Amino acid sequence: MSTPVAHGSIRRRLLLSLLASAAVLAIVVYFVVQSVARQVAQESQDNVLTASALSILDSARLSGGEISIDLPYSALSMLDSISDERVFYAIRLENEFLSGYADLPEAKENGAVSPAYLSAMFLGEEVRVATVRRRMSTDTGRSFLKVTVAQTLSGQKQTLARISRTSMGIGAGFFLVWVLLAALISRSTIRPLDRLTSSVSRRGPKDLRPVAAPVPSEMVPLVASLNSFMRRLQQSLMRSEDFIAEAAHRVRTPLAVVRTKAEVAQRKSDDPETRKALREMIRAIDDSSRTAGQLLDHAMVTFRLDHLAREEISLHRLVHDTVERMRPTSELKDVTLEATEVETAVIKGDPILVQNALHNLLDNAVKYSPSGAEILVALTTTDDGATISVNDTGPGFQTDELDELPKRFARGANTQDIVGSGLGLTIAKEVVEAHGGTLHITNNPGGGACVSLLFPSS
Amino acid sequence: MRFLLIEDNEQLAEAVVDRLMLDGHVVDHAPDIQTGHDFTATTSYDLILLDIMLPDGDGRTFLARHRKQEESTPVIVLTARSEVADRVGLLDLGADDYMVKPIDFSELEARCRAVMRRRGGAAQNLLTLGNLRFDSLSGTLKLPDQDIQLRTRELRLFEVLANAPGQVFSKSTLVDRLFSYDEDVTENAIEVYIGRLRRHLEASTVKITTIRGLGYKLEVA
Amino acid sequence: MRQFALSIVLIFAAGWASAFEAEEVARFGPSDSDSELRIISTADIAFFEPMISSFLASVPGTAIEYTVVSSSELQKAIVDEGEAFDVAVSSAMDLQTKLANDGWAQRFTPGSTSALPDWAVWNDMLFAFTQEPAAIVVSKSGFGDLPLPESRNDLINLLRQHPDLFRGRVGTYDVRQSGLGYLFATQDTRASEIYWRLTEVMGGLDAQLYCCSSDMIDAVKSGDLLIAYNVLGSYAINREDRDEFAIILPADFTTVMLRTALIPSNAPSSELAALFLDHLMTRSHGQDAQLLTNPALDLSQNEAALNRIRIGPGLLVFLDQLKKRAFLSEWESAILQK
Repeated sequence: MSTPVAHGSIRRRLLLSLLASAAVLAIVVYFVVQSVARQVAQESQDNVLTASALSILDSARLSGGEISIDLPYSALSMLDSISDERVFYAIRLENEFLSGYADLPEAKENGAVSPAYLSAMFLGEEVRVATVRRRMSTDTGRSFLKVTVAQTLSGQKQTLARISRTSMGIGAGFFLVWVLLAALISRSTIRPLDRLTSSVSRRGPKDLRPVAAPVPSEMVPLVASLNSFMRRLQQSLMRSEDFIAEAAHRVRTPLAVVRTKAEVAQRKSDDPETRKALREMIRAIDDSSRTAGQLLDHAMVTFRLDHLAREEISLHRLVHDTVERMRPTSELKDVTLEATEVETAVIKGDPILVQNALHNLLDNAVKYSPSGAEILVALTTTDDGATISVNDTGPGFQTDELDELPKRFARGANTQDIVGSGLGLTIAKEVVEAHGGTLHITNNPGGGACVSLLFPSS
Repeated sequence: MRFLLIEDNEQLAEAVVDRLMLDGHVVDHAPDIQTGHDFTATTSYDLILLDIMLPDGDGRTFLARHRKQEESTPVIVLTARSEVADRVGLLDLGADDYMVKPIDFSELEARCRAVMRRRGGAAQNLLTLGNLRFDSLSGTLKLPDQDIQLRTRELRLFEVLANAPGQVFSKSTLVDRLFSYDEDVTENAIEVYIGRLRRHLEASTVKITTIRGLGYKLEVA
Repeated sequence: MRQFALSIVLIFAAGWASAFEAEEVARFGPSDSDSELRIISTADIAFFEPMISSFLASVPGTAIEYTVVSSSELQKAIVDEGEAFDVAVSSAMDLQTKLANDGWAQRFTPGSTSALPDWAVWNDMLFAFTQEPAAIVVSKSGFGDLPLPESRNDLINLLRQHPDLFRGRVGTYDVRQSGLGYLFATQDTRASEIYWRLTEVMGGLDAQLYCCSSDMIDAVKSGDLLIAYNVLGSYAINREDRDEFAIILPADFTTVMLRTALIPSNAPSSELAALFLDHLMTRSHGQDAQLLTNPALDLSQNEAALNRIRIGPGLLVFLDQLKKRAFLSEWESAILQK
């Protein structure tokens, strides 16, 4: 099976996009907090300036038609109370300068609204200016008394720097919290996918039922496709199985008819020539039906190996059953078939395949053993695993072809014209190897062959 | 023996019936499951040969019903599939054995015997010839003073001869009955088994006589 | 310190060809020095000399030109004439504050900021290096058996009980002439209403008015005065004849003036000036301070009553011309009682 090519990761992409949005939000939070704070700081500074200016304005008195102003000490000292600030003021009656800093710019009012504010440069430093006014009646008529107070921004700047650090902290904290959340979110988003993956991969090889567990709506198309794919796969598998069964039926039934009729004809005929011809015909039929049988067996084995089941197999029972099943055939040939020395062994695998493998070995042994021969089957166990060995007292194999034998369609050179095909050993070898084991073929020192299947302990 | 063959393929059924009758058996043929049940309801059979793919259902449904009715008649399933999955399932359902088509009738005979033997032999399987009784299921010759266990080919040879005492069987007929088609044997191989049987029969009143140029026959004194 | 070959040049006001009036100019350090620190100050040379000597010892090869002026002349030199000084030292806190507030000072961060008390630094421009209380100076011989007043209330009661004894023999600053007197007076009014009562009592006793602390102390010594109010305590304690009079720090509150230094914005050697201010502040604060003022006048015993004048824009209030005019008119009516 080839591993699918991974290109990117949903979890990582999700995480990255969450983090990217979090970073954008954190920056936005930073700027919003800062701008709000700047506004608040500005407002609080404006409030203090207004309070200062109003306290000066309030100290203005008319005495004898002249304006006297008793500048309150706190009017200026309050501006310096939190941070050291340079402070400027100007008191004007309309455009006549009364006291303070004559050059101090005045904040122009918007309409009638008082106070008015202004940011300006004064005496080499940036200042915030507030101007308040009050209508006064003097000797020369009614006019506006205007008090302008200004203050440098060092306190505000300190506040802003502090707020900037704070908002930076808030932004960073927000981002960190979001990183945690993003990790959780991406994990929980991916979780249904993980669950689907594990529920599908946990299934046995034959389990092609559709996925029924509820999934998020986004995954419904995927699961629907998966289910449809599995349905098609199952249909295809069933077609394969049906095909094998159908093929067997189609091939074997006519052969059975022909063989039986030939046997009847042969029994009824007295002409030696006819009898000989019919005997040869029957042998040809047997040959082809055996070949067909092994081909179908092999197809079945190949098919099952693709979806190897992992059931528990009692090897000792399997050996007994298979030997018993084979015994009538061996008796026909006057061949002794015995299961000697059967130990208890359990392996994991496909019992049908293992039985098929052993059946093929026994079939071969019976076919190629002469009348009166002995076939001994043993099941022995070691720490490495269980070994089924089939020993016969037949002709054995030629030593130079031991490796070639299990290859498909290879037949031993000394099988003369005994009906059969070379597939038996191939099937046995494929089955045992699919179970992680090995097939060994040796010749016994006293003559005859030994074929053994070693299944490793699971 | 009385057989019931349940097989939908007419040609095959006809051939099998012919072939079994050659060996002196009585065979009824049912083309589907329902007919099969009808037969078993009225007649008692020694053995049922059951095809697995039938027009009115799977042979397994027949088996299930057959066993449910506590019928004891053994069943040998005939299948086109060599797949063991079916076989395992069949044996679990109560089939006594199975055979893959095409049927080797020698093998069928051997399996019948094995099935019968497992079922425990019935009385009618005992054949009396003079002072000799022959249990074909266990393959034993019971003489007044001893029992002799025959080997497979000796048994089959004796069975052929004993089923028709006085009838002459040619060597070629006997080869056909004793050896499978994939064995190359000369007709002289028969003489070995005739010789062995004669030694076993020395103490009995049963004899195997050679008819020159024709073959052998069994005689009871 | 004395190993320095000090070349002191005394130049009297008349000889100084400049628009502002220098009372004294002195030069310290090697004459061929290429780096020179120009200090303009209201403090006497004698008062400031230890600071100069220790600085020159720590920065060899430097010379210092020290110009003594009055506080108003200092304003004139820096604001009106733009004279290039590196350090301006003055006891007139309000004027110094106005200089800094109006942009005539440059900012500088002292190396020892963390060791400095909050009140000693304003806006990184103005640096206070002394604490000098306003004291009541009493003639010991003239008082005889009379109890020494410990607070303004004591003083008022004393004056009221013995009007004949004290008539014409009570003195204080003429706040119209003296900047320091004005500062003390205005800060007194901020602290308590009692100032006005005392001023009225003194006015009723035909109080004598003086331009400066030294004149008041001389008058006490000579017997012209029995009591001088708001005399600069640090000056009184430094006098050699200090045993002849009692220096009283009022227990109700003691107004404390801070002598401050700043670096003018047009300072030619601002780096050297920064070095000097570091030196000045390090020596003036903390546990190892070597105060310019006489340690005999221990302010720490009276901490709760200390009314340290706070540097800041509040000081600008009494410089406001309208405010000043109003204050002076009130003061005149209280003290002159015409």
